[in-house]
Amino acid sequence: MRAASALLPASERRWVMIDGNEAAATVAYLASEVIAIYPITPSSPMGELADAWAASGCPNLWGQVPRVVEMQSEGGAAGVLHGALTAGALGTTFTASQGLLLMIPDLYRIAGELSPMVMHVAARALAAQALSIFGDHSDVMAARATGVAMVASASVQEAMDLALVAHAATLASRVPFVHFFDGFRTSHEVARIQTLALDDVQALIDDQLVRGARARALAPEHPTLRGTAQNSDVYFQAREAANPFYLATPTLVQQTMDALAARVGRRYRLFDYDGAPDAERVVIAMGSGARTVRATAARLVAAGERVGCLTVRLFRPFSVHHFLAALPPSVRAVAVLDRTKEPGSAGEPLYLDVVAALAEGERSIRAIGGRYGLSSKEFTPAMAKAVFDALAAERPKNHFTVGIVDDVTHTSLPVARDFDLEEPDTVRAVFYGLGADGTVGANKSTIKIIGEHTDRAAQAYFVYDSKKAGSLTVSHLRFGRRPIEAPYLIEHASFVACHQFAFLECVDVLKVAESGATVLLNSPYGPDEVWSHLPRPVQEALLAKQLRLYVIDADRVAREAGMGSRINTVMQTCFFALAGVLPRDEAIAAIKRSIEKAYGTRGHSLVEKNWAAVDRALDALAPVSLPAEVSSTVGMRETIPDTAPTFVRTVTRELLAGRGDELPVSALPPDGAFPTGTARWEKRRIADAIPVWDADLCIQCGKCVLVCPHAVIRAKVVSPADEAGAPAGWRSVPARWRDMPGQRYVLQVAPDDCTGCALCVEICPVKNKAETRLKAINMQPALPLRETEAAKWDFFLGLPDPARPPLHLHQVKDVQLLPPLFEFSGACAGCGETPYLKLVSQLFGDRALIANATGCSSIYGGNLPTTPWTTNAQGHGPAWSNSLFEDNAEFGLGMRLARDHQRDYARALLERLADRLGEPLVRELLAADQTTDAGVAAQRARVAALRERLALIDDPAAAELAAVADALVRVSVWIVGGDGWAYDIGYGGLDHVLASGADVNVLVLDTEVYSNTGGQMSKATPRGAVAKFAAGGKPVAKKDLALLMTTYGTVYVATVAMGANDMQTLRAIREAESYDGPSLVVAYSHCIAHGYDLVHGLRQQAGVVASGAWPLFRFDPRRAREGKNPFQLDSEPPSLPFKQYAYNETRYTILASADPAAAKAALAAAEADIRRRWQMVEQLAGRTGGAA
Amino acid sequence: MIDLSTRYLGFTLPTPLVLSSSPLTEDLDTVRRGVDAGAGAVVLPSLFEEQFEIEGHDLDHHLTRHAHSHAEAVTYFPDPADYALGPDAYLEHVRRVKAAVHVPVVASLNGVSSGGWIEFARSLEQAGADALELNVYHLPSDPLRTGAEVEGRYLEVVRDVRRHVSIPLAVKLPHFFSAIGNVALELTRAGAQGLVLFNRFYQPDIDLERLEVVPNLTLSSPAELRLRLRWVAILFGRVPADLAVTGGVHAATDVLKAVMTGAACAMTASAVLQHGVEHLGTVLGELRRWMEEHEYQSIRQMQGSMSQQRVADPSAFERANYLKVLRSYAVQPRPPVIARP
Repeated sequence: MRAASALLPASERRWVMIDGNEAAATVAYLASEVIAIYPITPSSPMGELADAWAASGCPNLWGQVPRVVEMQSEGGAAGVLHGALTAGALGTTFTASQGLLLMIPDLYRIAGELSPMVMHVAARALAAQALSIFGDHSDVMAARATGVAMVASASVQEAMDLALVAHAATLASRVPFVHFFDGFRTSHEVARIQTLALDDVQALIDDQLVRGARARALAPEHPTLRGTAQNSDVYFQAREAANPFYLATPTLVQQTMDALAARVGRRYRLFDYDGAPDAERVVIAMGSGARTVRATAARLVAAGERVGCLTVRLFRPFSVHHFLAALPPSVRAVAVLDRTKEPGSAGEPLYLDVVAALAEGERSIRAIGGRYGLSSKEFTPAMAKAVFDALAAERPKNHFTVGIVDDVTHTSLPVARDFDLEEPDTVRAVFYGLGADGTVGANKSTIKIIGEHTDRAAQAYFVYDSKKAGSLTVSHLRFGRRPIEAPYLIEHASFVACHQFAFLECVDVLKVAESGATVLLNSPYGPDEVWSHLPRPVQEALLAKQLRLYVIDADRVAREAGMGSRINTVMQTCFFALAGVLPRDEAIAAIKRSIEKAYGTRGHSLVEKNWAAVDRALDALAPVSLPAEVSSTVGMRETIPDTAPTFVRTVTRELLAGRGDELPVSALPPDGAFPTGTARWEKRRIADAIPVWDADLCIQCGKCVLVCPHAVIRAKVVSPADEAGAPAGWRSVPARWRDMPGQRYVLQVAPDDCTGCALCVEICPVKNKAETRLKAINMQPALPLRETEAAKWDFFLGLPDPARPPLHLHQVKDVQLLPPLFEFSGACAGCGETPYLKLVSQLFGDRALIANATGCSSIYGGNLPTTPWTTNAQGHGPAWSNSLFEDNAEFGLGMRLARDHQRDYARALLERLADRLGEPLVRELLAADQTTDAGVAAQRARVAALRERLALIDDPAAAELAAVADALVRVSVWIVGGDGWAYDIGYGGLDHVLASGADVNVLVLDTEVYSNTGGQMSKATPRGAVAKFAAGGKPVAKKDLALLMTTYGTVYVATVAMGANDMQTLRAIREAESYDGPSLVVAYSHCIAHGYDLVHGLRQQAGVVASGAWPLFRFDPRRAREGKNPFQLDSEPPSLPFKQYAYNETRYTILASADPAAAKAALAAAEADIRRRWQMVEQLAGRTGGAA
Repeated sequence: MIDLSTRYLGFTLPTPLVLSSSPLTEDLDTVRRGVDAGAGAVVLPSLFEEQFEIEGHDLDHHLTRHAHSHAEAVTYFPDPADYALGPDAYLEHVRRVKAAVHVPVVASLNGVSSGGWIEFARSLEQAGADALELNVYHLPSDPLRTGAEVEGRYLEVVRDVRRHVSIPLAVKLPHFFSAIGNVALELTRAGAQGLVLFNRFYQPDIDLERLEVVPNLTLSSPAELRLRLRWVAILFGRVPADLAVTGGVHAATDVLKAVMTGAACAMTASAVLQHGVEHLGTVLGELRRWMEEHEYQSIRQMQGSMSQQRVADPSAFERANYLKVLRSYAVQPRPPVIARP
């Protein structure tokens, strides 16, 4: 059992480097008995920590391990919490954004029943015109009417301190609390803070009050009744009966803050005023932004201005008395900053509270309100100063915005960008890295070394891009002698490190470098030759800013030290060697100690390799003598050609260049509707190696095209005449199609879009007879191939696509010739989900309406800057939308109903206008058979003809019909999502939609884990697999969603695994779509969360099927109508021991390493599951024999 | 009463049939049943340092590869620190086996680094292993590496381990040496008290349909015994070490042959994997019957009786090709020179 002191020291407080999530979760865990969790960014780490602590036996304040339970949704977690509180437990939960919205009904209940509780919220934007994972107060503001008390922390230190205040005050007041802090900015900022001691927590949590809460529990020993239904006679009075509790709460919170201050010396007030005692202008804010305002005010006061900052810590209950008392009497104007937007309101919530308070206090103070920082929009001292400046105006702009350029309704304040508060003696370091190169991990290690082993203040914050493969990470680290009060990104860096040489051509890495800064570059070129390889803008910046450049070939050093592509240790060592934060020897010794601590449990050789990397790094680091003149003629790489559509050129290009912050309001669609087909313009060039076709060996099976997750391998069959003018290196061979004699087959790779995952090579069934390691497609270094392959790709795209009707679309071989309408997504290299989506897009994309649940598929499908969903040559393509995580099936059903209603209306209008439109056309439109591609094409042609005729008819009915005529073409509604949606949070809705009988197609991309939020257990997680919230391996079997849904008898159901049987996958997806009713296809999708190199993903898919853990079947209700067994079992009896499949994946082997006995038991149980399940499906299929 | 006991590595084993290092000895219950069935000692499966190294690298690679790449998913697994890799489970197994059986428990170790050999050997000694079997094999695929270098490395390992542990050491040898006798002798000089002949390995096979190399470990056959018999017979009396035979020991006759050529004990795994652990009892029963029928009183009585130094035709162990066999009937061997070890 881990001691509680593992979380906090017993009595002596210590300095640690942690983030806001950990700071809050530590107190929450210690002060709770039941913890109900559900993952949602950016609060997930709090739940994960609580689960991990419980799994390791860490006790709470009372020596017991809290019960941590993962629920199917935040609504479920809130329900559990409500129940636990009702039965007398101390409970907590962690959430954000939509999760908090789902908890609101229970919050009303919990508050209404005066049940003490604290919920910790990493405050985040809400999905409105778009989803955003980033931080603002939209979520907590949506909960402000529930009756919970609301405490806001502005820093990591406060996240720990005020978490305790909340847990203590809820017991004293009986009012439940929401303790919130800014998502990412505080939840993910790693900062040096002084912990509380266990003694502090114990001292503030009053055991007598705890016993009081337990005594009020619902218990049969002293039964009471709660949850009554009250009538109009008493509901009102009863609602008012709780007033004394709310009136007392502010004072109780202040008393708790005072008690904390008496112990730890950190003093907080409900409203903390900082600034000139005689201030005339005060800015009021809440959360991390208040720190920026406070620091800015301090600088302005030092310059003689009469300004101040009021930090709101207790937002609910809003104490007018304390507020007025905190505001200096000299104040003449206040600006209230809200990190939220309430469209259509008279003002945002904090502003309205302040206005009301001033009115109640009869204070003659001008009050203006404004919005800032939505979705983690940077809020800098320059912006804070802009607010102070605005307040000084004779007629200050009210309802302003700051931090953006609003050229539509002109709300934005002008910001003088040159104002900043950085201390010259603070080391400000910015690192540009690649997700996979370990940069962020190394920087976390660096700040731990400095923050925990020296007396320096330290802070780190990390920025990631939207891609899952080849993603850019930017680390912002500050180290200083004085406390760091800077909750914003570094704009003037004294140290800049670029960990990938290739970034130089596409990212302006030196933009943040201040004059004279040190620049560290990971370069394959040595100090004498690097200059000639630098793009001109980089050379210019180096000279203009007089930067000191150092280079190291970190890739070579890492490789030679046996570290592969992990350059983290090498670059970390160089940072310490150059930045001078610590004496060099001391720094190196500290790095080596941290390596031993980090890797010691993974074997001595790993430690030795890292140590070797440290020593080699110092030897390989070299300064560069800069010449006096710029010599390069090469500029930054421009990916967007001028031929791109206007939106791409004016908006997408800016987003890709990292200039999205500078786009004005007018550039963005007000309703969230974006053009598709934009990923094709984003040439990312992230693959070091790309596939190369061996035309002579190829059998033209199309498997590589089918499985390519990024749609970068494509095939066409063209006439020899089409090839005229082909670029150098072009290859084609006679097409092996009987019905295409004389045609040529060509397979082409998009070199700039390929991620280098090599799944294509893995699936290729042909081997070179002389050298068996070679196949008909082989990976080769990309660099020498780029130019020729790019030219070939461009030529290839210009070749005609084959007409659909002659193709046999039940064959993989023919499907490869269909253009994909889902291409170049930002999914992980080798993603197991995207091949299914691409296949759907090829088969039905030109008439597909897609409802996509939140998750990986909504991120790689719809996260700006670009989208992979695209159109065909006719401009038709998937129309895609994401509503929420929990409502996706219903969302898709709504689309279906709308389309059906429009179709019926159109049919009625056709009948009404038949005499004027011409009977033959109308009859054909009404009777059209659209079960085939040819039928759909014919109907499209008829609709086009219809439009022509409608244009000639002057009748409102004709205009009506023109508006809905497209609905006469059969649309294919796809409801897409992952297992977290289908098995857990959206299961109720999914079940209902499937039971509805509506013609929708559900595609579940089953990765058996919450992939997008970082690998939390879902009900699809198989037994024995380790996942977050299942650190000891999932103890129960995977839910059999597909089999469950067969019980309706009216739902087409199939399980597929492309890597095991691509023909069956193709057949199932086509059958599902053709079925005139609800269909469910559950698709096994390999995932990085399984813990193996995804190049083996397809082999693992074959393995999971061969082991019997994923039987392939199709249940087709149409067969029952024909008197046949609707259940068709498509896979063979288990032939591969489950262990042989499973133990290729870290999610299973991790348990075998950590707890062999548990792994063995889980394996035996999993094998029993397989036998039981196989017997069941065999029986359903009417198969006899074939024992498992 | 027939005395089946034998001396190996300083211990008196109740029988010369030893449960060899194999997956069988991974399971405590199997070990217990094996000892009940008459196993004279137990050799536990090898603790492979390389396995920890590979698993450590593998785990580190997969836990960190996608970490810190995306704002929503900073990691994809529970805290890696909670998943320590190391010999703890193996050491616990040593402890449990030691507590459960009364016969000597020999731990087996295959190291990679000098530090690893020493560290793990010490841990195994501390966990209660009665003796240590050093499984020294690795495949010297590098053509630039000489036999002398390989042998030198083995000797260094034995010397290193000998310096740091006090329990008896045996070395399990491969048979790929130019001069097995010399290697055996040098190993004993380096500190080995026992030599186990010989190791068996995975052998790659070819899948002709898939054109893939398939690693394969087949169970041993009695035919493999002969290689071992030859070298035990040759080494017996010439090297100051207890000899053990492993590989091809399936029946009582195999045990007899092993002991007669000079082995202190015969180790078996494949036969037990095929027939179950109770097979040990069957073999020992047959052994007793044979000895009764042939009027042997003890194992010690017969040990080495058919070694090269004690047989009528010592050259029989040296004949290496068909030609000599053909003409051997015509040449009467000289009477052997009797010299007891």
